[in-house]
Amino acid sequence: MEKAIDPTQPVVRPAKRASISRMQAREELIAYLLISPWVIGFLIFTAGALIFSFGLSFFKADLLSPAQFVGLDNYKRLLFEDKLFLQAVKVTTLYTLGVVPMQIGLSLSVALLLNQAIFGIGIWRTIFYLPSVVSGVAVAMIWLWFFQPDLGLFNALLALVGIQGPRWLFSEEWALPSIMLMSVWSIGPAMIIFLAGLQSVPVDLYEAAQIDGANAWQQFTSITIPMISPQLLFNAVLGVIGSYQVFTASFVTTEGGPNNATMTLVLYLYREGFLTARFGYASTIAWVLFAIIMVFTLFTFRSTREAVFYESQPR
Amino acid sequence: MNLARYDLVLAKAIRQRNPAVVVLRLLTYVALVVGGGIFMLPALWMITTAFKTYAEAQQFPPVWLPTTIQLSNFTKPFDELPFQKFYFNTIAITLIAIIGVLVSCTPVAFAFARLSFRGRNALFALVLGTMMIPDQATLVPVYVFFAKLGWTNTILPLTVPSFFAVDAFTIFLLRQFFMTIPRDLDDACKIDGGGPLVLLLRVIIPLSMPVFGVVTILQFVGRWNDFFGPLIYLNTLENYTVSLGLRLFQTRYLVETNTMMAMALLAALPTIILFFLAQRYFIRGVVLTGVNR
Repeated sequence: MEKAIDPTQPVVRPAKRASISRMQAREELIAYLLISPWVIGFLIFTAGALIFSFGLSFFKADLLSPAQFVGLDNYKRLLFEDKLFLQAVKVTTLYTLGVVPMQIGLSLSVALLLNQAIFGIGIWRTIFYLPSVVSGVAVAMIWLWFFQPDLGLFNALLALVGIQGPRWLFSEEWALPSIMLMSVWSIGPAMIIFLAGLQSVPVDLYEAAQIDGANAWQQFTSITIPMISPQLLFNAVLGVIGSYQVFTASFVTTEGGPNNATMTLVLYLYREGFLTARFGYASTIAWVLFAIIMVFTLFTFRSTREAVFYESQPR
Repeated sequence: MNLARYDLVLAKAIRQRNPAVVVLRLLTYVALVVGGGIFMLPALWMITTAFKTYAEAQQFPPVWLPTTIQLSNFTKPFDELPFQKFYFNTIAITLIAIIGVLVSCTPVAFAFARLSFRGRNALFALVLGTMMIPDQATLVPVYVFFAKLGWTNTILPLTVPSFFAVDAFTIFLLRQFFMTIPRDLDDACKIDGGGPLVLLLRVIIPLSMPVFGVVTILQFVGRWNDFFGPLIYLNTLENYTVSLGLRLFQTRYLVETNTMMAMALLAALPTIILFFLAQRYFIRGVVLTGVNR
């Protein structure tokens, strides 16, 4: 009796099947070889380092003497006793809440201007992107002069209209706003992302809205904003992640002062870990920073799940 | 004047005598000129001050254009600090790191884009996941690791990791590009008897020069401007990079605004020139990573 054909099995002669699977096995082997640098790098520099840093956060370690297990002491001290850490969380959060909306507002405004088929778009794009490629130290050096209380540009301009300007980076209340202002100067990548998003909005949507009698503002809020919501989300998330890691801007201008008014989280981590060699405590700071960023990122993705519109997704 | 050559919308609105559109259009240009002016102000001030004399740089209220061009601002710092050494170190770190990133990330991205193997999707999700981990979370152990190897105060911690495809962003960018290369070429390669490596070397790499350009440029700017890495790992003057040298110079010669700006300009010049030469690569890179998610 002839064997029944099993419809779930492909009809392939055994010899050919063997050669295909041999080819597949070979392709798989090559693939694993090709990704092996990444696997090694991931195991050492990401997974291994993360586990090690988590472990280290329960130790008192200075690399010179043997590490000493302290249990949850680092976390207890950091979260409940360390005033300077709380100050760093406050400063970094204020910085983020100020800089991210300003950067998004500014980059979106420039992108909207550039999206109007205007003359010389390449030149304008260059002007607004250029500050983003200048070294952070050089940028800080320029702005140091702008903020100079006695000789700087800002107070010279304010003096013209008869206002005695503040002492900017030297003043406890103005130092953080000064650094925020400096950071808003680099909007290049966000602007380009918005511009690409704006250019992919179908023109017929606007034409249909015009026929329905929608004014410019209505078109902006009910077509432009929903259509570029993925780019808004992307820029917001990247902006927040970047802002929580701010370091150079305050390190080069104020080193965290005056009176810790610009003490950011990464600056504090740097001081604890690399100036005073408290590596266990620095790891604790790093993990709390990581947790803040993760919680924020997840929160943003969750809370905007309904609001963000992807054209290709079925609704 | 043939306005239509420059701005079709404005020319059409003038022809049709549509004042609302003309005014809106002109306001757009006014906003761009004012905004662009404010944006260029810091850079312009850096450039003009770099050529001023000390007296002119200290003048209050500030003067914008120097009356005499003083070129010694650019040479004097080289006598005070070994800036030529700083530039050599920075160029070495930047070039080695770029080579490392290209050599290690290309095969990885190719495997994820073109080959089928067990666990591919899970591993790629892991690559994407690592993009969300802030560098600081792994900073201390990685520093301890390099310290134990005796690599601190050398360029090794700043270059060796790039040979292990640690840059998830680049892997993602390359994979996105490789996915756009038509699959027909794979089949043609297979019919000719070529395996995956032939496909990578003969088909994918030659067709991917634009995206390699993007990676090179993004890496160049990132490495050239890097401050935190060198700050942590390099601690003697002869190993300093330009960023560190600039910072040292700034703390020592704070009042000499003119020489400070000359050095800032010199440090920023390579990335600025690169941006002018390869603007479209920058734009393409940003768009590739930010929009096609």
